[in-house]
Amino acid sequence: MVKTVFRCCLIASTGRCNNDGWENVFNDRGRWIHRTDGAIETLRQSAIIEKKERFRETASAHLTRLYSTARHFVGDEAEDAVQDTLMKAYENFDHLQDDHAAGAWLTSILVNCCRDRGRARARQPREVSIEKVEEFSLYRKIAHEDPFPYSDSLHLDFLKRFGREDVTEVLLSMPEMYRVPLVLVHMEGYSTKEVARMTDVPLGTLLARLHRGRKLFEKKMWEYAEANGLLKEDVR
Amino acid sequence: MISCADAVKQLWEYLDGTVGVADRDAIQEHLSLCQRCCGEAEFAGEFRNFLASQHYEDLHPAIRQRLSTFMEGL
Repeated sequence: MVKTVFRCCLIASTGRCNNDGWENVFNDRGRWIHRTDGAIETLRQSAIIEKKERFRETASAHLTRLYSTARHFVGDEAEDAVQDTLMKAYENFDHLQDDHAAGAWLTSILVNCCRDRGRARARQPREVSIEKVEEFSLYRKIAHEDPFPYSDSLHLDFLKRFGREDVTEVLLSMPEMYRVPLVLVHMEGYSTKEVARMTDVPLGTLLARLHRGRKLFEKKMWEYAEANGLLKEDVR
Repeated sequence: MISCADAVKQLWEYLDGTVGVADRDAIQEHLSLCQRCCGEAEFAGEFRNFLASQHYEDLHPAIRQRLSTFMEGL
């Protein structure tokens, strides 16, 4: 069946077929030649191998970044999320027109795969009480609480208490609708327009979520620091 | 001059360069006169740099190997 479909596609673009299992196609000099089923099968296999190699080469160049982004999106499920992404990307690899856009293309697939995982866990999405968040200022909170009285650079010292895993934990405590724009814009360096396209939301909505996400992240940073003993002078 | 609350509310957008010209000028005027908001703006800049540095820069060889093997099986 596959062979028949493939042959019909090939014929549509290159030649004609009779009922004896062969077809006429143009060779590279523009002359008619005959091809048998075996030759067609060989061509089909070659095309699959070539696609696979091209995909591997393209995707391998983005694996580190995809995994890093996935860690911030879904934590310990990052490797599974990247595998989901690779599978969907391979299935749709023919849709990628420009190799230079591969990073953004793979990331947009990753966003959807991570969203599916979030839905499966039934943890997301959820709105948060933004009123309380809007008024929060991490800068003022640190200055007011003064957790490191002997520090000459109080605010920077606060940030230095956070390792990557801590940051990931803080991000994972946020609803996906705020976490994703924050990661893609401020950690991955995509423009807000690109992220609006990737996440399939209007630019105005994306900007509002980014604003709220930043404020929420600041608040969660402080709460995480309090809950995990990062505000002690000698913690690290 | 705009209030501290209004200036601080738009600091990140100001640093992103996504505010309009009028808002940008108003924030710049405020920052030129308000020391506390200058501190906020400086911290917002540091905070942005902090976020930008939070990549996992290395992919563990075992994970890379597993993902490569997965791709071979596609």
